[in-house]
Amino acid sequence: MSKDILIKKGLDIKLKGTAEKTSEKAILSNFYTLRPEDFHGVIPKLISKVGSKVKAGEPVFYDKSNEDVKFVSPVSGEIIEIERGEKRKILTIKIEADKTQSYVDYGAMDLSKADADTVKTRLLESGCWVFVKQRPYDVIANPNKAPKAIFISGYATAPLAADLDFTLKGKEKELQAAVTALGKLTEGQVHVSVGKSANSPLAELSGITVHRVSGPHPAGNVGTQINRIDPINKGEVVWTVSAQDLVIIGELLLTGKFNAERVVALVGSSIEKPRYFVTKIGSEVATMVYDKGISQDANARIISGNVLTGKQVKPDGNLDYYSNVITVIPEGDDYEFFGWNKPIFNKISTSRALTFSWLNPKKEYDLDTNTNGEHRAFVVTGSYEEVFPLDIYPMQVLKACMYKDLDEMEALGMYEVAPEDFALTEFICVSKQPHQKIIREGLDLMIKEIG
Amino acid sequence: MSLKSKLHNLKEKYKGTKMAPAFNALHTFLYLPNETTHGGTHIKAADDLKRTMNTVIMALVPCLIFGMFNAGYQHYIATGAPVDFLSWDAFYVGLIKVLPLVVVSYGVGLGIEFLFAVIKGHEVEEGYLVTGMLVPLIVPVDLPLWMLAVAVAFGVVIGKEVFGGTGMNILNPALTIRAFLFFAYPTWMSGDKVWVHGAVERANEIASGANLDAISGETILGSLAQGQQSAYSIADMFFGFIPGSVGETSTLLILLGGLFLIFTKIGSWRIMLSSVIGALVMGLIFNGVVDAGWIGEGSKFYGLMSTTFWHHLLIGGFAFGTVFMATDPVTASQTTKGKWIYGFLIGFISILIRVFNPAYPEGVMLAILLMNVFAPTIDHYVVQGNVKKRMKRLKAKIA
Repeated sequence: MSKDILIKKGLDIKLKGTAEKTSEKAILSNFYTLRPEDFHGVIPKLISKVGSKVKAGEPVFYDKSNEDVKFVSPVSGEIIEIERGEKRKILTIKIEADKTQSYVDYGAMDLSKADADTVKTRLLESGCWVFVKQRPYDVIANPNKAPKAIFISGYATAPLAADLDFTLKGKEKELQAAVTALGKLTEGQVHVSVGKSANSPLAELSGITVHRVSGPHPAGNVGTQINRIDPINKGEVVWTVSAQDLVIIGELLLTGKFNAERVVALVGSSIEKPRYFVTKIGSEVATMVYDKGISQDANARIISGNVLTGKQVKPDGNLDYYSNVITVIPEGDDYEFFGWNKPIFNKISTSRALTFSWLNPKKEYDLDTNTNGEHRAFVVTGSYEEVFPLDIYPMQVLKACMYKDLDEMEALGMYEVAPEDFALTEFICVSKQPHQKIIREGLDLMIKEIG
Repeated sequence: MSLKSKLHNLKEKYKGTKMAPAFNALHTFLYLPNETTHGGTHIKAADDLKRTMNTVIMALVPCLIFGMFNAGYQHYIATGAPVDFLSWDAFYVGLIKVLPLVVVSYGVGLGIEFLFAVIKGHEVEEGYLVTGMLVPLIVPVDLPLWMLAVAVAFGVVIGKEVFGGTGMNILNPALTIRAFLFFAYPTWMSGDKVWVHGAVERANEIASGANLDAISGETILGSLAQGQQSAYSIADMFFGFIPGSVGETSTLLILLGGLFLIFTKIGSWRIMLSSVIGALVMGLIFNGVVDAGWIGEGSKFYGLMSTTFWHHLLIGGFAFGTVFMATDPVTASQTTKGKWIYGFLIGFISILIRVFNPAYPEGVMLAILLMNVFAPTIDHYVVQGNVKKRMKRLKAKIA
């Protein structure tokens, strides 16, 4: 069964530095880093100590509030450092990789026979559960609450996103195993969205409902698709899984090994030759960004993820647990003479206030990290709605989050949104308000107060 | 050392001090700051509030310049020595009368904004850039400067700062200033003297016994309200060669400004269009009432009620209010549906007040202020529609 979804509102941000469709093996990273911060809301409880040896797929810590949810090491090696911050909060867990990798063997699973509980237990113990996220709240799914449906977006519309048709090619077997297994965990459907004109390996899988999506970003955001296909009501839960993580889940089910390998796009205008790499979760970005990338002293920002939702990482930082893109763009820490009133040709804008990006919608831009203005109170109205396809009033929700009115947040649709849904409104915001942060804090408040 | 690095060093020096907001306001006026994104999106679109406000100011500049010419032009016509519209004589009178209004408006308003920013330790927000430009355009040309200063101080402090500054105010600050003037100094804000430079002065001279001809400073609305025929042609009204507040007379330039705002997506076309529709509907109703013979020629409402419905768009401050004041995003409705309702009611009520208030036949100001108060209510019901839809979905699920 296939249904078409056409998204009209939105904005495609076209940037320079799209990855060429060639992939190479990244230099093997010596050190791998786990950052509990990647898993929002998780309070980590360590299983291993500094000095202990772990295998790939062996749990390193678990979630204090849900002990079943385990977080595993992407490689085999020795934990050499655990960095702590204020109140002994664990910031990073650094693992030195072995020369030859050894894996925990969870055993292959016969999916035709396995029932929901077996699948769930396997995913939990092997660390694959981490890839299953839930809405409301955009956190790792609570395994004790059955979802009404599972959503997977196989259509990437974010700026400079990795092309999923390319990165998933040849992984049909793993993908099929993963969606079959996930299908057992819900009474509802497994909704998979693919690009309308794309030739996605996901489209041919069985046991799923395929939706063909077209339109500008955020058409590829799973939140946009949920809103169109089957919006979340109060009390309901849906799960979402990133398409690239299905491969890891699938491989685990088929072979019993947690293989943290992932195809990652290295993109951005600062990169000399943007292309794809095969690397592993947690590996050092330095293994990828310097070869035909940036120079050592470049004034550039390295982002694990895309420019809208990714995290800034230091040059000695690492790929985070969920990203399949590393974006490098120039820093914009310079002044611009009369930058606020002169005509602008080299930046994107949704208005035409002496900004001329509307003249040339196909042009690729080289944007830097300058905020292009200062933080202000909300003034302009009606502009967010143009890039926000959800049936929700964006500014009203943001304001409700700011004054922490739980009833209003609930009524206005907070159960349906994730911070990434507000990335575009944040991008175009004239008042330079931190929309994603406001929404994240709002969701956290709801978790705390409503649960 | 370049200006850029000098200013950068000064900025570092002032950082954390009381004077930082004041310095930053001037610094960011010259240079787009070197601020980079932290958390959230790593890139941002080109527009900021300064650019938005600047766009509105650009749309207002033609009205201001026209207003200067017109001030002199009307003055010389009234004194019986007409000059060409585009003449230096006309412009000179306008310049020396209008420029001080602009200077006082910006000086007092921005002064207070800076003061509040320094005391409260927040950045100077750009809201007043537009207000400061609007105010001189919506007052009579002969308004004493001290009155303007008092009104601006009132408007900025009571109309805006007490609510928390830019973005938080309920009433349009420029109209708050005008309303203050209107109720505090009505003799300078209405009647048949104030709209042409020199008329009040001449009236005083005559009163003290000088043997001179009186200058009429009557607006079209004023004469219509008194049941007289307007002395101006439709073309004069459209192009703006008529007496009135400084910048409100030229419907053509306001229209161009409005189209510019719509094109740049800074002004809401929904509010502008629905306001015009509202005004036309009310005008048609009144025309219908006259046609039906319910109001006789003797009625004091007859003059304005019988005005052909679409002429209402050309006279008085309607066009200016609709394009530049009703569309203020902070005080207008914020939802798309709400904007239609809000704009329509502004147009509708403007003409209603205009016709039924012969003592002060200008309803746009009051209509916009009234709708400013109701805008949050309109939005509330529009948003409730969305909320109800969500509740219904939930109910359908449970049932």
